Amino acid sequence: MSALLEVSGLEISFGTLSAVRGASIEVRRGETHCLVGESGCGKSVTALAVMGLLPNNGLRHAAALRFDGQDILGLDEKGMSRLRGDRMAMIFQEPMTSLNPAYTVGSQMAEVMVRHRGVSKRAALDRAAELLARVRITSPEMRLGQYPHQLSGGLRQRVMIAMALMCEPELLIADEPTTALDVTVQAQILRLLADLQKDLGLAILLITHDLGVVARTAHRVSVMYAGEVVESSPVEQLFERPMHPYTRGLLSCVPVPGKIRRDQPLGSIPGMVPHVTSGFEGCAFRQRCALVRPDCAGPIARRKPEVDHDYLCQIAPEDMATS
Amino acid sequence: MSAPLIEVRDVGRQFRVRSGLFGQPKRVVAVDGVSLSLKPGEVLGVVGESGCGKSTLAKVILGLLEPTAGEVLIDGKRLAGLDRRERAKLIQPVFQDPFSSLNPRRRVRDIVGMPLEAQGEATAGEVRKRVEAMLERVGLDPSMGERLPAQLSGGQRQRVAIARALVMRPRIVVCDEPTSALDVSVQAQVLNLLAELRREFGLSYLFISHNLAVVEHVATEVAVMYLGRIVEQNDAETLFRDPRHPYTKALLASVLTPEPKLGIPETGLGDTMPDPTNVPPGCRFHPRCPVAIERCGLEAPATQRKAPALVECHLATIT
Repeated sequence: MSALLEVSGLEISFGTLSAVRGASIEVRRGETHCLVGESGCGKSVTALAVMGLLPNNGLRHAAALRFDGQDILGLDEKGMSRLRGDRMAMIFQEPMTSLNPAYTVGSQMAEVMVRHRGVSKRAALDRAAELLARVRITSPEMRLGQYPHQLSGGLRQRVMIAMALMCEPELLIADEPTTALDVTVQAQILRLLADLQKDLGLAILLITHDLGVVARTAHRVSVMYAGEVVESSPVEQLFERPMHPYTRGLLSCVPVPGKIRRDQPLGSIPGMVPHVTSGFEGCAFRQRCALVRPDCAGPIARRKPEVDHDYLCQIAPEDMATS
Repeated sequence: MSAPLIEVRDVGRQFRVRSGLFGQPKRVVAVDGVSLSLKPGEVLGVVGESGCGKSTLAKVILGLLEPTAGEVLIDGKRLAGLDRRERAKLIQPVFQDPFSSLNPRRRVRDIVGMPLEAQGEATAGEVRKRVEAMLERVGLDPSMGERLPAQLSGGQRQRVAIARALVMRPRIVVCDEPTSALDVSVQAQVLNLLAELRREFGLSYLFISHNLAVVEHVATEVAVMYLGRIVEQNDAETLFRDPRHPYTKALLASVLTPEPKLGIPETGLGDTMPDPTNVPPGCRFHPRCPVAIERCGLEAPATQRKAPALVECHLATIT
C-alpha cells in the first residue's frame, strides 16, 4: 500500500543550528507511526514542518514531501491552510495552550467545519456534539457551551481530539498527546485513538518520548537522535532486535517492572546530546557510543538488517550482535 | 526493630478555595487521615494520580505546610517543635522542577553552599570544600560551581538540587517527582545516582511519583493514595505482585511497559474523575470502581492492617 504521508530527506535549520538532518518518514493509511526521541532530537519540528507550521526563523528543505501523492512542498500558505484542519489535523501536548480560552468548546469546534466545509453553524454544532459523544464525553450538548478552563486535563485532550476529527482528516499528527496526563487517563486516550483509527482508517503520526507508549500503540517506529532518523522498523522488531547503539541504550534506561532487579542500576547513556550545526560530519552519537571507531567521524552508512528495518551506523548487524 | 524516622499520625490537610469573585468558598480535602511511617534505610514510594494529595503530604512532612489535623514526628520529635536548623539537618527536599526550585540569579556553588552558611557552623573555607566535594559526588565538575542554573541542562540542574539537599548530610530526603521533567536517559542517570547516594550516606527516601515503573524500581515499600487517603500499602514486591485494592489494580494495569505485543490496556475506570472538593460518600473510589457493590456507596470501608500491609476496601482482604 502506498504511503499517505511521504517525507524524504527533510532538513530543518534555525540559523546555524541544524534541527533536522535528512529525515525520511512514511505514514500509511490505518497505521500509527511513532516518532520517538529525547528533547531536542527534532521530532516536534518535523511534525510542524509537515503541517507547514514552522516558526518564521525555521528553514525547511526536503527531497520530497507528499500527502496522498500530492506534492505539498511547493504549496503556498493558502493551499496548506486548505489542507490543515481538513485532510490533516494536529493535536498537541498541552490542550490548554491550543484551545482558545475566550471561546466556548462549541464555537471553536464549529469554526473548523464552517470554514473548511461551508456548512451552517447549526450543522457544525450538531457534528461537534456527535464527536464529543464519540470521544466519550458525557452530556456533550452541555459541554459545547463550556469554556476550556471548566474542563479537566483529560477532558480537554478529548475535546482537542474531537476538534481534530471535525472534518474527517485522513492524517492525524499527535505531538505528545498524553504526556501531561495521568497513567489511567493516558491509557483511556490512547485506546480512544486506536479505536478511532480502526473505525476511520486514520493514519497517525505520533510523537512521543515514552517507549511504553511506542510499544503499545505503534505499527512502525522511527527513532530520532540529533536531527536524524537513526533507526526505523516495525515495532516488534525494534523492541526485540534493536540495532542502533542509541536505540539499545534508550531501551536499557527504562525501568520495566519485573525485568530489572531493583538493586541493580538502570542502563544509562553517558554524556549529552551534541549541538549540531551546519557542516557537521559523521555520527552524532559517537562521543557517547561504547562501540565508537575511527570511521564514525566520516560518512555513515544506512544498513538494512531485515526487510523494512534500517539503521544509521558504521557497525554491521553481525558485529553488533556480538558486542 | 528500629524506631521510624518519619511518623505521620492521622494527618489531615484542608484548603479553602473560592472560585470566582462571589463564589462560595469550597473546602478541598487534600489529605485526610493519613498515617504512615518511614523506617531507616527504607524507600517509601507514594503513588497516585494528580490531585490525590501526595505532594501536599510531602509538604506537610517537610514542614512547609501545617497539617490541619494530626501530627508528624521526625526522628521521634514533633515536627512542629523543631526549629528550621534542626529540621534542615534531618530532612531535605528534592523537587520535580529543577528550573523553578533553583534561584536563577545565584551561582551553583552559592546554591549548594547556602544551607551550610545558614547554619553558620562552618568557615567559608570549609563551606567551599564541602560544596566542591558534594558537586563531585553527584557527578558535576567543580568548575560547574561558577555557573548559573540557566547554563545547565535539566539533568545537571537536578544534580545541583540533589547536592544542595545532601550537603547538610540529612537522614531523610523527600523526593517529589524528582525525574518527571527529565528525558529517559537522564532519568536513569539520576535514579542510579539516588540509589548510590542512599547506600553511601545511609539515607532514607520518601519518594513521590506518578510513574509506577520508577517507583517499582526504587521503592522498598509503597503507599497508594486516592483522594487524600492511603487506600493500600505494602512492601513493594508484594504490592506489585499481588495488589488487593481495585484502584491499585487499575493503576498497575495502566502502566505501559515497553512490551509491544500487549496492546493498550482497558482500565475499567470509566470517565468520572476524582474531585477533592466533592469527595463521594462511602468508599471514595466507588464512582470509578469497576467492582463496586451497593454497600460501597453507603459505608466507608474500614482500614485493615496487618503490617506491612494495609488496605481500605469492602471487597479486599489481607491474607
